[in-house]
Amino acid sequence: MVKRLVVGAHYGLRDWLAQRATATYMALYTIVFAFAALTLPKMDYEHWSALFSGGLMRFLTFLFFMSLAYHAWVGVRDIWMDYVKPLGLRLALHLITLFLLVGYAGWAAKILWRL
Amino acid sequence: MSEASVARKARPKFLDLREIRLPLPGIVSILHRISGAGLFLLLPFLLYLFDLSVSSPETFATYKAIVGHPLVKLILFGLLWAYLHHFCAGIRFLLLDLHKGIELEPARQSARLVLIVSLTLTVILGVWLW
Repeated sequence: MVKRLVVGAHYGLRDWLAQRATATYMALYTIVFAFAALTLPKMDYEHWSALFSGGLMRFLTFLFFMSLAYHAWVGVRDIWMDYVKPLGLRLALHLITLFLLVGYAGWAAKILWRL
Repeated sequence: MSEASVARKARPKFLDLREIRLPLPGIVSILHRISGAGLFLLLPFLLYLFDLSVSSPETFATYKAIVGHPLVKLILFGLLWAYLHHFCAGIRFLLLDLHKGIELEPARQSARLVLIVSLTLTVILGVWLW
């Protein structure tokens, strides 16, 4: 009988793989973004905001924030699992982390689609 | 992975806290966790700055004023290191997952490389963006 905690890892390949898939995507995005940002002709509002208003870059940046949310969820959850042992407290921290990350993802989407 | 056939034997214990120290790959690992936690904690601040920077010319000016503050610059400098360390160490972990460089010596060297590259990039980018 395998002992499964409600606040344990999600016992499978999915989160492990998702953390690596999102990491790979964010690493590639970082290189594209760094190149685009560092080669801007001028760091002013027009050039900077134009960087994200194109359809492709907006989509890629949106994917970056989605990846970030999932990636941070797995990583921060692992931290709680390693250091916080009381079940109720750990569950509360998991939920707070989830709510925050979902909120941040919504915030990022709002920023990008207002451009 | 330990071989199942090897009998369990008494292993030497050495837990003198003043003497033991974390090996280089261990330092990279715990810094990976610390940098990730720091980035998560300050993510709302970064989103706030991003929001300001792309919303309007007026908010862009506000953004400029905030990041112009020396204390904020210091925090952003720290976050830049955290991102770059997490980035470099993350690539190392992905390679380790693919069984690249898992021998003791290459693992030590790649750990040293991660520390050096992330610090160097932080200084270069930090000076450039200051």
